[in-house]
Amino acid sequence: IIQRDESPMEKGLSGLRGRDFELSDVFYFSKKGLEAIVEDEVTQRFSSEELVVTLAFIGIGLLVMGTTLVGQLPESSLKNWLSELVHLTCCRICVRALSGTIHYHNKQYKPQKGGICVANHTSPIDVLILTMDGCYAMVGQVHGGLLGIIQRAMVKACPHVWFERSEMKDRHLVTQRLREHIADKKKLPILIFPEGTCINNTSVMMFKKGSFEIGGTIHPVAIKYNPQFGDAFWNSSKYNMVSYLLRMMTSWAIVCDVWYMPPMTREKGEDAVQDGGLKRAKVKDTFKEEQQKNYSKMIVGNESLNSEAN
Amino acid sequence: MGSRASTLLRDEELEEIKKETGCEFGQITRLYSRFTSLDKGENGTLREDQVNFRGFMRTLAHFRPIEDNEKSKDVNGPEPLNSRSNKLHFAFRLYDLDKDDKISRDELLQVLRMMVGVNISDEQLGSIADRTIQEADQDGDSAISFTEFVKVLEKVDVEQKMSIRFLH
Repeated sequence: IIQRDESPMEKGLSGLRGRDFELSDVFYFSKKGLEAIVEDEVTQRFSSEELVVTLAFIGIGLLVMGTTLVGQLPESSLKNWLSELVHLTCCRICVRALSGTIHYHNKQYKPQKGGICVANHTSPIDVLILTMDGCYAMVGQVHGGLLGIIQRAMVKACPHVWFERSEMKDRHLVTQRLREHIADKKKLPILIFPEGTCINNTSVMMFKKGSFEIGGTIHPVAIKYNPQFGDAFWNSSKYNMVSYLLRMMTSWAIVCDVWYMPPMTREKGEDAVQDGGLKRAKVKDTFKEEQQKNYSKMIVGNESLNSEAN
Repeated sequence: MGSRASTLLRDEELEEIKKETGCEFGQITRLYSRFTSLDKGENGTLREDQVNFRGFMRTLAHFRPIEDNEKSKDVNGPEPLNSRSNKLHFAFRLYDLDKDDKISRDELLQVLRMMVGVNISDEQLGSIADRTIQEADQDGDSAISFTEFVKVLEKVDVEQKMSIRFLH
């Protein structure tokens, strides 16, 4: 509908760095605000629904095809490389379909091979978001339906650890298989959502202690969604997966921050139960605050010069 | 709240909006579908401040570029919403929170606070506000009237800064 003005804040405010506040600054902000209301990046040619559903189909279709193809190859590093490529590409397409904007923080702590990645779980999209930045081996229950097809396809290309529902009850079996997986240093880091169910995006509950009995290096990751742009919480008793996904796709955007945290290993003698009492933390919402910070930097720099001159 | 049907755009409304804002039919209908997709509560208004579609279009009309007026110049009609003077009025009203036609120090402080968040101290913000008022105030009432506001901004390219490029 409109052509957005992409110039950065400094240019839009007729900026040399460190200029004073002026009454005309309000033009820039009100213009930007209105532009954002009228249009976002997806609503350009197609109607947003068409585009988004198309992208999702392409993404999933490619994933299934790609992994099946790669699965035909014999074990080799080429196969692993291809498998990662397929996963990453398809993920990116799917995230685009959800109009996602994701910021990764502290990339130096990204989970490594042979480790365990532990993240809070707000919605099924969490998996997509993490996989965009790196490949993981999934752990979880075998599902029927669409998810089941995707799961089976992914297993062909690189090893994941899927369990039948009955097996999940046997904690020893689960622990054993996970241990085997991480012992193999070439295998991708395991991705675990310890809470089991989705929490609604306000605080990180105590991680179930089972995750810590496996040992190995644990890489905590926090995923925080910006609720202003779309509520990612999935109430599975209210919506089924498909209608949830459709809601997500047609909502304005999914904006989230992913924080990688320094890896931890279990100290000798530390109990798994203790570990479970991790962080009841609220990850900070910095989206608006970043804008405010930048603007403040601009006008304050010059102000202090002014007061010195006077 | 009324059924969904009552919030669909009627032809007479379309005509009125077109006259008032100067936008074309195609643009208005596309903006209407955008509006409805944002209107989650399905009650014809957007969020907290309860802007209905007319209000939304009126606000948006202030941001039309002035060149667009060349085509549909109606000399006898009312001043278009996107004239320089009306754009300035719009901006003035953003600052003039209590609508008394003056921007007081308090109002300026409030707006500044919204723009910088928590990153600047009250003291510093106060001195920024004082300086701004000092530079603009001509009749010595420690507030900025609309005339003074216009004077301060006379060198600013308002037309360009307050324009959104609409595609046809």
